[in-house]
Amino acid sequence: MTPSLSDAASSDADLRPTRPSGTATGLATAEQSDIAGYALRLGDDALIYAQRMSGWIAAAPQLEEDVALGNIGLDLLGQARSLLGYAGTVEGAGRDEDDLAYLRDERDFVNAQIFELGNGDFGFTIARMLVTSSYQHELYAGLTESRDATIAAVAAKAVKEVAYHLDHATQWTLRLGDGTDESHRRMQRGLDALWPYVAELFESDDLIARLVAAGVAVDPESIATPAMAYVASVLARASVEVPQTHVRHTGGRRGVHTEQMGYLLAEMQYLHRSHPGATW
Amino acid sequence: MTTGEIAPEPTGQQPSGGQSTVEEPHDYTAAGGHGAVPTTGVPSERDPQGAARRDWPLWEIFVRARRGLSHVHVGSLHAPDAEMALRNARDLYTRRQEGVSIWVLPAEQITASSPDEKDAFFDPAADKIYRHPTFYSVPDGVRHL
Repeated sequence: MTPSLSDAASSDADLRPTRPSGTATGLATAEQSDIAGYALRLGDDALIYAQRMSGWIAAAPQLEEDVALGNIGLDLLGQARSLLGYAGTVEGAGRDEDDLAYLRDERDFVNAQIFELGNGDFGFTIARMLVTSSYQHELYAGLTESRDATIAAVAAKAVKEVAYHLDHATQWTLRLGDGTDESHRRMQRGLDALWPYVAELFESDDLIARLVAAGVAVDPESIATPAMAYVASVLARASVEVPQTHVRHTGGRRGVHTEQMGYLLAEMQYLHRSHPGATW
Repeated sequence: MTTGEIAPEPTGQQPSGGQSTVEEPHDYTAAGGHGAVPTTGVPSERDPQGAARRDWPLWEIFVRARRGLSHVHVGSLHAPDAEMALRNARDLYTRRQEGVSIWVLPAEQITASSPDEKDAFFDPAADKIYRHPTFYSVPDGVRHL
């Protein structure tokens, strides 16, 4: 992780908001804090997942896969920069993307727990990418129609990036599932470990409901069926079974996280906190 | 991944002299293995077949920079099959908008001239300067020549 987000993904600078676009579209002030909270959720999902993908660099099975996962992490980091920058602007408290990424504590992060889970083995990482990319693809495709111009613009760029992540996960799921006995076993076990965290992605709450009514957000429950239908179709082709479990972990949107979150934040934030304002 | 010259993969099995027989158990699980993702049952010793994972075939990559240009050889990479080779090529060789089209082909499908044959292949052309159009004066007004 880099000391400053702006150094890592500078090509996305054109998407950095200069003012709340909600103002331009006449959205009420009450919606402003909702929009800030919504952008923070999406931004935290992307940021935490980007940090996880960076953990594969120099650790993937092949050099080529190092680069592929690193590229995916950079896509996510670019999305995180746009969304966190926008969240800070709409919030109006003077916090920029670096403040939000590096100076919040664990309970202030509102990412879904599925993104913070440790990478596990390659099977788990691919299982997670298949589910989260399918979710994000439906989500961002819907958000291109958002009444909030900035969120719509971020989504229009992100949907193409996520489509590639989904393709990458699909290709690997098919190969692991239909590969050797060992690759099949790991793919299945990765899915089994992942499954209790999947449902949280499609949960709604009052904030979401208000923004859905305002035409800003996508109703997560409405995309659950198409997103999971795609996952199921890939798993069927890969001869991997859809796990059956009634266990559901949740709470990420309220700042409740797994044990692994603290370790992730310690690694991601320590440099910035030790050397405030450090840049390359 | 290698770059530059086409280097055929050695096809014979490498002698395993460099491999020690028994490794100490290592924990290779990423991210500390804390919490929800089970790590029990994940092999924590070095994979005895680890060398086999390096046996992905080599692919030569050709990228067309834009419409109207030819595909140009840009390098090579390893991938398990052609579809993954295309995707790896996208990540490795078109990160900075270098191309609009990618070809991949197995390196083993390329028949290359041998350095041993270099004299016979190429030297006979050396003294045939009349093959170069340098004996003609270009008339004024001829453009694009």
